[in-house]
Amino acid sequence: MSESTASQPAADKSSDTQTLEEFASREYEWGFVTDIEADSAPPGLNEEIIRFISAKKEEPEFMLEWRLKAYRQWLKMEDPTRRAPSERWAKVSYPDIDYQSVVYYSAPKKKELSSLDEVDPELLETYKKLGIPLEEQKMLAGVAVDAVFDSVSVATTFKDKLSELGIIFCSFSEAVKEHPELVKKYLGSVVPTTDNFFAALNSAVFTDGSFVYIPKGVRCPMELSTYFRINAANTGQFERTLIVADEGSYVSYLEGCTAPMRDENQLHAAVVELVALDNAQIKYSTVQNWYPGDENGVGGIYNFVTKRGACRGHHSKISWTQVETGSSITWKYPSCILQGDHSVGEFYSVAVTSKMQQADTGTKMIHIGDNTRSTIISKGISAQRGQNTYRGGVKIMKNAQNARNFTQCDSMLIGDRCGAHTFPYIEVRNPNGQVEHEASTSKIGEDQIFYCNQRGLSTEDAVGMIVNGFCKEVLAELPMEFAVEAQKLLGISLEGSVG
Amino acid sequence: MTQTAGRTAWYVERFDEFVRSLNGSSSAQLLTQRKEAMDAFVELGFPTARDEEWRYTSLAALLRQDFGVVEKLGEEVLSDVDAWRVPNLQSHVLVFTDGQYQPALSGGASLPEGVRVSNLASLLHEDGEVRDGTSLAPRGKDAFVELNTAFLRDGVHVHVDKGVRVDVPIEVLFIAASPNAAVHPRLSVRVEDGAEATLVERYVSASDHVHLTNSLAEFSLGESAHLDHYRVQDENRAAFHIANLYVREERHSVLRSTCCTLGGRLTRNHVHTHLIGEGVDSTLNGLYLVEGQQHVDNHTLIEHAQPHCQSHEFYKGILADDSTGVFRGQILVHQAAQKTDAYQANRNLLLSDRAEINTKPQLEIYADDVKCSHGATIGQLDEDAIFYLRSRGIGSAAARQVLTRAFAGEVVERIRLEPLRVLLEDSVGKRLEQAIANRA
Repeated sequence: MSESTASQPAADKSSDTQTLEEFASREYEWGFVTDIEADSAPPGLNEEIIRFISAKKEEPEFMLEWRLKAYRQWLKMEDPTRRAPSERWAKVSYPDIDYQSVVYYSAPKKKELSSLDEVDPELLETYKKLGIPLEEQKMLAGVAVDAVFDSVSVATTFKDKLSELGIIFCSFSEAVKEHPELVKKYLGSVVPTTDNFFAALNSAVFTDGSFVYIPKGVRCPMELSTYFRINAANTGQFERTLIVADEGSYVSYLEGCTAPMRDENQLHAAVVELVALDNAQIKYSTVQNWYPGDENGVGGIYNFVTKRGACRGHHSKISWTQVETGSSITWKYPSCILQGDHSVGEFYSVAVTSKMQQADTGTKMIHIGDNTRSTIISKGISAQRGQNTYRGGVKIMKNAQNARNFTQCDSMLIGDRCGAHTFPYIEVRNPNGQVEHEASTSKIGEDQIFYCNQRGLSTEDAVGMIVNGFCKEVLAELPMEFAVEAQKLLGISLEGSVG
Repeated sequence: MTQTAGRTAWYVERFDEFVRSLNGSSSAQLLTQRKEAMDAFVELGFPTARDEEWRYTSLAALLRQDFGVVEKLGEEVLSDVDAWRVPNLQSHVLVFTDGQYQPALSGGASLPEGVRVSNLASLLHEDGEVRDGTSLAPRGKDAFVELNTAFLRDGVHVHVDKGVRVDVPIEVLFIAASPNAAVHPRLSVRVEDGAEATLVERYVSASDHVHLTNSLAEFSLGESAHLDHYRVQDENRAAFHIANLYVREERHSVLRSTCCTLGGRLTRNHVHTHLIGEGVDSTLNGLYLVEGQQHVDNHTLIEHAQPHCQSHEFYKGILADDSTGVFRGQILVHQAAQKTDAYQANRNLLLSDRAEINTKPQLEIYADDVKCSHGATIGQLDEDAIFYLRSRGIGSAAARQVLTRAFAGEVVERIRLEPLRVLLEDSVGKRLEQAIANRA
């Protein structure tokens, strides 16, 4: 088994390892393709395509200009994946992406629906297979769902209830038409079009996404949620999410993803921008379970996402929670810019890599205001041939008095062919700053398994229990409905992996 | 970019001059190696901030200097070299001024049988090989390593035979004197199976002139060999100092290396230890104490290739005034290196609100049965501790000094060579006194 020359006694390969590997090698349960005739643009990227997308979406002039500007900048930018080896910082590898072979626009045919009955039954069926019963969810738990199927929102629920409170929760294209002043004010204010290669690409071609605005002093009564789904073959998804929490407001936003089985790599380059004004709080939770590719690394989603939140106001707070189990390559760093005094940034993450998955994920906390605090808890689990990297930056600027950061990164290795890496970057320019970073790497102890076995738990259950315990700090941060799904996902991704 | 390219050309010119000045005294083989290294250097160019490994260290100031080849070698023989030596240390010393060996100033305690210590230049004339099979620094990877090979003039070669225990420390003293001198010393140490040795490297300046030291050290430890290594750099505040250290450790060998950076305008210490046998015990300690405009970059890579090894890394930094510091420590555990026990810690104390520290501790792990952890902290003195001392009648400055000294003491007290420990305690203490007085 082992490729190395090291002496690896056969006894080390216990049955535990086998169970673990079995668990880890489970087939992706949710792979299927829904056949809906897509209204697509031809593959390729040029100004014409951008005009086409903009026209399709009936966007105002300023949006088209904004897109074209981003596109022109993108042309001048360097693809970070083609840099010289010594200049590459992300620990991921994959073949070159041909941006000209990607279809940048694809929409399900039926649009403008007033009720769920008008939704394509096949589409609804897809959601059912995924276990996201839209109708049920409408009634259950008070979750409003803005379901994004490929690139256009087809159903937005609970809208009326929210609009009573003055909350705007709609698809991005709707927001562009109906609230252009808000879009104009905040779009690109956290992630500028020039921020990075993929953000520029997204700015040029994004097709849809979600827009949330919580007015002053309003506490959003329900968890807002969007289910993203990648469907038509070869369609890169370029989502754009913008959440603005005005003074003294609160919102919790959930994002969950699953994708059908696919042979070709799909590019996903989303941009998420959060803005929290004085005393506002945003909680953003993600469960990502896109197709990870098979055990040889064929297929799977490339997930290159730019997520950033700005704590603009004093006493504002942004909290990111993520459970990453899917995608063949995950490359994302949900970050917080702590501008307001006393603002708080949090990042809780569980990343699981198995098969040939690669994840390079983490966060960036930039302390600008006084008395800002940030907490980072990251749990990485690697199994089979997965490579899991935590890359996080903590930056304390010169004028940020009494800034405080605590970082903890724990990695767990399951099997001897995987890797776990920790690359924190800590930059401190103020002596009042207090920064702590801790990291550890371990495996599931044989004694732990033995202890559980002894008490009648199967090895598989023991692993599930230990992994869930390992991730508990993060899972506890998720809203209830999500926590259940996340635990299930962890189970599916890892069931049967113990060494 | 253009600055880098222009400077590369400048060094190529200096190289041609240097080759002419050698006047055929370098063997053909060595000359070929020098030329190959120069070609590799031209190919690589100087690293820029775009290189991940040089992200926080700008070479702009170094590239503005016109470093030349030292022409008037050895004319300036210093009368009081003893002042630079570690007081009360009974050692065998090799003294170099501007990179040239000074036999008259060297010597000291005699070494036992089975130890060969000589300056490299004498050996170069004999066999003319700079890079032979035992060369550890990778070729074509690092511009400064290539420059060192190209311009190499002298250095130290130490060979300890199997089973020989050397009680006398070997002290190597590099004194820089001439303005704009670029010195490229090389240290090559082989400790055979079961042998033991202690090596002290010191770098000082005899003047306030700008100069460059670009050293390359290669240590190779045989089975169960022990090497205690101390490196103290206390050059002037205008000096540029680049140091590369590559270590190869065989089965059950023990390395204890301590790197102290006190001087230099820009210092870059790169250490790469390669644990190629089982049961290796490798320790890297470091202390950097900088002030004014100083910049120090500590860069370490501990590579675990075999099972049952342990490594400990402990670096502490104190930064005052406008100084900047970088720590990048990487632990790389290969798949075969099961049962590895690796620990890395980096603690920093900022004494001024203009000082800056960038730290990047890294774990890269491919084996599952390992115990690896790292920790990094950045902070200031504990106000409660200061209050405690003040409430007992100790003044604010004195209290700060006690606590800061204690912070540095954690590294200094691990130095097992008493005279060197005393010397460092003394110089660190003085330095801190000054830094804290400046602050107040």
